[in-house]
Amino acid sequence: MGFLDIDNATKSYGAVEVLHKVDISVQEGEFLVLVGPSGCGKSTLLNMIAGLEEITSGEIRIKDQVMNGVHPSNRNIAMVFQSYALYPNMTVGQNITFGLEMHGVPKPEREKAMQEVAKLLQIEQLLDRKPGQLSGGQRQRVAMGRALVRNPDVFLFDEPLSNLDAKLRVDMRTEIKKLHQNLGTTIVYVTHDQIEAMTLSSRIAVMNGGYVQQLGAPQEIYDTPANIFVATFMGSPAMNVVPAKVTVLNGRPHAEVAVHDGSMAQLPFSQDNLAAWDGREILLGIRPETITDLDGADRKSSNIAQMANRIVVTEPAGSDTFVSMQLGGRDVIARMRSDAEVAPGQDFNFAVNMEKAVAFDPESEMRILP
Amino acid sequence: MSQATQDTAIRTGRVTRTLIYLVLLLFGLFYLLPLYVMLVNSVKPLEEITGGGMMNLPQVFTIEPWLKAWSSAQIGVDPTGLKPYFWNSIKMVVPAVIVSTILGALNGYVLTKWRFKYDTILFGLMLFACFIPFQIVLIPMARMLGIIGLAGTTWGLALVHVVYGIGFTTLYFRNYYAVFPTELIRAAQIDGAGFFQIFWRILLPSSGPIAVVSIIWQFTNIWNDFLFGASFADANSQPMTVALNNLVQSSTGVKEYNVHFAGAILAAMPTLLVYIVAGRYFVRGLMAGSVKG
Repeated sequence: MGFLDIDNATKSYGAVEVLHKVDISVQEGEFLVLVGPSGCGKSTLLNMIAGLEEITSGEIRIKDQVMNGVHPSNRNIAMVFQSYALYPNMTVGQNITFGLEMHGVPKPEREKAMQEVAKLLQIEQLLDRKPGQLSGGQRQRVAMGRALVRNPDVFLFDEPLSNLDAKLRVDMRTEIKKLHQNLGTTIVYVTHDQIEAMTLSSRIAVMNGGYVQQLGAPQEIYDTPANIFVATFMGSPAMNVVPAKVTVLNGRPHAEVAVHDGSMAQLPFSQDNLAAWDGREILLGIRPETITDLDGADRKSSNIAQMANRIVVTEPAGSDTFVSMQLGGRDVIARMRSDAEVAPGQDFNFAVNMEKAVAFDPESEMRILP
Repeated sequence: MSQATQDTAIRTGRVTRTLIYLVLLLFGLFYLLPLYVMLVNSVKPLEEITGGGMMNLPQVFTIEPWLKAWSSAQIGVDPTGLKPYFWNSIKMVVPAVIVSTILGALNGYVLTKWRFKYDTILFGLMLFACFIPFQIVLIPMARMLGIIGLAGTTWGLALVHVVYGIGFTTLYFRNYYAVFPTELIRAAQIDGAGFFQIFWRILLPSSGPIAVVSIIWQFTNIWNDFLFGASFADANSQPMTVALNNLVQSSTGVKEYNVHFAGAILAAMPTLLVYIVAGRYFVRGLMAGSVKG
């Protein structure tokens, strides 16, 4: 039993099922991020938790209370919207206390709660202004204040940072994380930004096509993605996925991959369980940061393979240099130290950290290793 | 409100521009001519008009025609002037405008934020109300008013105008609310506001521009209506427009053109005032939502 239970929740519009038996249990104080491309059903799921959309079948429970059919205002939840949804005709103070007023909280208590929240979010000086007079970041704070003041069981965030500019987004991200750490509230947060998902969450549910593709801790999702969708969706630049053939050399399974001139590179796997795939095609997943120059290779790794290949393009990005090459007939990106000595057209000896390599079944696209 | 940018899309020479303004000026003068004739002749003694020279400025200035048109001219059988009918019109227009605007706002609210099955079809049907010619509804409406006992009353007339106006007001508010962010409604729902609380506290306070459009439109239409007034009102509930017609028709011997002109201006005054006071909001409201920000 979790604090918030989503139990086989399904949503259909007419004959079209857009969410398929979603099953997630959120513990108290957990920060769950629903992440996925647009149209994956993440916002629909959030709206179902909020009660803004009906549940077609299944159950949603908060603190063991079945919420199906319960009005949004009686679920003890609060929501922060993408557009902030501040009432334009009310001052910041009125915006924050509107919910309390609607719930019949007497005025002195409302004032007190408002002052506390305003102090927490440092918006005391804005209380008499209208939302139209605020900057994006200030509106964001007010929207959070409106959610916080009701002291809800569950906070719902619907892409709250996507309307902010890049720098402010990073600041507010940190702020939300701080808030969560200080208050220990239960949060369900929807985003399409995988970096937000990684940085904020205690657990991530990666969604696509109405299915939860994988549910797990951020590092788990990053290191051992359940399938190719999760592997390529999480991480930037995306994980390189290249066709390879499993060959067993000296009793150890290797991935045989074609480099730029068609000759084969042999990359040894760390695990033995791929031996059963001897001679068969797989899809090899390698994160860009695990392909480096020899000096930049992870010293703690027990399995650094070397691979000679030709550099096609180099993209210095200041902190890193991105190097692209041809591998298995596909474009592959390596993320190197900024001072790695690389040049386009150069034949280079790459180091591949095979400890972090992932293998997928090309048929089902599911992970078979590790 | 930011000033409209004064971009000149087409560069014109001085000569062309002078020509354009000259033509515009001419058109403007021509357009204002009837108003001039009415004003000038309403402050002349009758002899000056009948002696010819409609376009001349008055030699003797008098406000007698205005006073007469207002309080003592012959309207039908009684020498009451237009005064009682002016109040009839006010008593009809004010409730009709208020009620039809509020109903239109409610309809718009429901049609955009509380969507139900076939709501677009319902809206389409309501739009038909904008295209129904007045003449078609005369007889059924007279029957209806008779049944509910409002025939020949100002209230009955107000009801007719409310019913006839709902189509327009619904159209205005629906289109305005269609671009009103639904997230605000959802936020209010989560905050615990009910159907009417959301309407009064969130939606209506943000509806200023479109409310002005609706009020101006309804006010001018209802005030200027003649057919419904002539059909459904009795002698005591006739609106201004019908009374003006009676004033012009029922002269005792001499046709008092100066009184007629004064009466016509009196009848047109309220709509003119409404436009002057709220006109700039009218344009603003019609443009609302077309430009972001």
